[in-house]
Amino acid sequence: MRSSLSLLLALVSACASAGGRTHATPGPAPAAAAATRPAAAEESTSVARPQYPSTYARHSNPPVVIRNATIMTATGQEIPNGSILLKDGRIVAVGMKVDAPADAVVVDGTGKYVTPGLIDDHSHLGVYAAPGTDAESDGNEATNPVTAEVWAEHSFWPQDPQIPLAMAGGITTIQALPGSANLIGGRSAILKLIPARTVQEMKFPGARYGLKMACGENPKRVYGRRGGPSTRMGNMAGYRAAFIQAESYRRKWDAWNKDHKGDPPERNLRTESLAEVLRGNMYVQNHCYRADEMAQMLDLAHEFGFKIRSFHHAVESYKIADLLAKEGTSVSVWADWWGFKEEAMDGIQQNAALNQQAGGRPIIHSDDPSGIQRLNQEAAKAMYAGQRSGIPITRDQALRWITVNPAWALGLDSIVGTLEPGKMADVVVWSGDPFSVYSKAVQVYNDGWLTYDRADPAHQPRTDFELGQMPAPGSDR
Amino acid sequence: MIALLLAQTIAITGGTVYPVSGPKVAEASVLIRDGRIVAVGTNVAIPSGATRIDAKGKWVTPGLIDGAGQLGLVEISAVPATREGSVQGDTIAAAFNVAEGINPASTLIPVTRIEGITTALAVPSGNLVSGQAVLIDLDGATIEQMVVKSPVGIVADLSESGKDDAGGSRAGIPARLRQVFRDALEYERRKTDFSRAQMRPLAASAGDLEALLPVLHGRVSLIALANRRSDIETALRLAKEFRLKLILAGAAEGWEIAGAIAAAGVPVLVEPMDNIPGYDSLGIRYENAALLAKAGVTVALLETDTHKSRNLRQQAGNAVSYGMTWDQALRAVTLSPAEIFGVADRYGSLEPGKVANVVVWSGDPFEFTTGVEHVLIRGKEIPLKSRQTELFERYKRLPPTY
Repeated sequence: MRSSLSLLLALVSACASAGGRTHATPGPAPAAAAATRPAAAEESTSVARPQYPSTYARHSNPPVVIRNATIMTATGQEIPNGSILLKDGRIVAVGMKVDAPADAVVVDGTGKYVTPGLIDDHSHLGVYAAPGTDAESDGNEATNPVTAEVWAEHSFWPQDPQIPLAMAGGITTIQALPGSANLIGGRSAILKLIPARTVQEMKFPGARYGLKMACGENPKRVYGRRGGPSTRMGNMAGYRAAFIQAESYRRKWDAWNKDHKGDPPERNLRTESLAEVLRGNMYVQNHCYRADEMAQMLDLAHEFGFKIRSFHHAVESYKIADLLAKEGTSVSVWADWWGFKEEAMDGIQQNAALNQQAGGRPIIHSDDPSGIQRLNQEAAKAMYAGQRSGIPITRDQALRWITVNPAWALGLDSIVGTLEPGKMADVVVWSGDPFSVYSKAVQVYNDGWLTYDRADPAHQPRTDFELGQMPAPGSDR
Repeated sequence: MIALLLAQTIAITGGTVYPVSGPKVAEASVLIRDGRIVAVGTNVAIPSGATRIDAKGKWVTPGLIDGAGQLGLVEISAVPATREGSVQGDTIAAAFNVAEGINPASTLIPVTRIEGITTALAVPSGNLVSGQAVLIDLDGATIEQMVVKSPVGIVADLSESGKDDAGGSRAGIPARLRQVFRDALEYERRKTDFSRAQMRPLAASAGDLEALLPVLHGRVSLIALANRRSDIETALRLAKEFRLKLILAGAAEGWEIAGAIAAAGVPVLVEPMDNIPGYDSLGIRYENAALLAKAGVTVALLETDTHKSRNLRQQAGNAVSYGMTWDQALRAVTLSPAEIFGVADRYGSLEPGKVANVVVWSGDPFEFTTGVEHVLIRGKEIPLKSRQTELFERYKRLPPTY
């Protein structure tokens, strides 16, 4: 509740491989598994210098075995009385019978549930940090409708007190996005949600950048009286002009990169990001509400030969779920947000379920520091809304909406998002069925590191911001 | 025709009934006649002409009451043409009663009521004194048919955002309010002088001062938004000075002084799922509702986002997750708000004589698995349809038929 206004009139601030096997045997050795990290983006762009590299390092931990829990793998399996072994940052074994090394920490999972770490592919944590004053408002570079040159990581504040709250909700990976004021808002940051001093320590190693684009009302509202675009056709013209420049930029650099003859072309950060999209090295993450506009954006993508990885918010995606499924574009949606602006008026609770029914790839995202703490509940609402309307959504499908599907949207589905041997040990232990309103994350492992433990204040990280001005959880001040 | 409708008798039979005013009753019936509950229990004689709703295996509760939001006052948040919840140009807008801004045809009303919310407070916003909140049932063709009580209270903003209309300081808020309250009382004493223009300028318009008199005489509540502990204490102080009937809203740091709030006999409206810290509420936490209730404070739970009012039951479920008992949480979305808003003689529980706002659920109303099976408002069964169900029906098979 940032202000009393939001108390009684909450204003929406949102910019607004089913394996199916039970793994009873140890998986590939961690070394082999490490090969599944994403290949570094293809040599490209304009420079050979390191570009703001990740300094992420796994915390060394003893092996952990969680026993006698219900294990929801997000690969089609829900294993009662199952066990899971985490070692050296990897999931080693999942199943009914799991052998653990003698030095493994044993966690009694009786009555508990285990899922992959949750992934939110639409967050503004760190870029719209609490306490929410202008000083922390770093999400929209609203100075030009095309700001492909800005990178969300350069705004990200690792001491945002909202980060530990999201961790306590079972989130292990986020995509921190620029806002949606601009047609092209800039690069996203794909981050491990861990306590850290610098954003570099959080950057998911090898993850590709996303490019935030936005349709509809926001850009034309922000720029309508500032030189445009002021219409949806103006929006389209704006994207096209930007990508036409990027095509030319890409041609020049690709030609120069062949033989390095003569002076290199002049470097331009804005067109460089867009050229990376054209080369397929960056994923387009497109804020877009209306069905007809999403269809326009697909045409834009066809014109310039790129793919839109996910439509975000996509409140009308159910109207064109067949088209989106055919196109292979995922949809990152809310369970039930609607009505805060005209392009959000047609939101329905069955949106995710209808996309699933059509063969699409639904994702439940938050776009909200409160919602990110309950992504499991949001998935539950969307699943049961579908089921009650006769759409037979399975628990595994709904779990995928908040795990491996967003992992796919970020290009990380071979590394995180399911409980399979060889995958990164991003794991949540829940007090009960994660689709119950009464369940809470009790332990969160991020790359095997116990980053949150509801029973142990030593594993309830607090940001610098909290010290001396916010009461510690469970204490007075 | 009207007489025929009024004479309708409905029997909800065989469900587990949660009257809220007493313990749950298994395999019980709720008998409704002329819009009122006439009997609840296991030995209810069902008249032969009664319409029967079979609730075997179901849960039956009072309709939920959301003590927040702007149902009927907003259609699309970003479109000012569809917003009626605040008035411009009057920072002490005490006379601004939102009732005539309510749109009975709002699409939000069906969307909300088919999820078991049957009654809501429509709350003005903005300004230091925002105006008069009214309680409405979520059914009715006219404003008159919807209004349950008007006004329920006058809203004042004692939080960070109230500073804008108080010279930019928290200290300016109570100072301004005291001046307004005193002027209202003086205006009351000297109306003749006022009409002869023989009074110094008053701190607010005569209409606004007049509207504050019922508050100053304790007949209408002051609903004070306050989150920071010191602001809550200021609200309590003002209430004591002027002998106001106070309702605290928000109260993010209320848990820190739960004992003092309880001792003052002041009820609190809380949004359980809110825990994002700001400078107005650095002590905000999920356990607030539970800690207040534990200290003996009468708590009502809120969903403050009007378009998400249907998530009141998720709010209640999360309040249970963070320490409220289930019974406390159910009371906090039914009988407690009815008491706080002064309508407990008619609303909030399933008892003979009460208005028949009743919901039949497939299970625990706070759980996501649970669906709403029947909603009755004032004894009338509500069709489970909304603009959203129509959109779903149109698009559940693609391509749609237009």
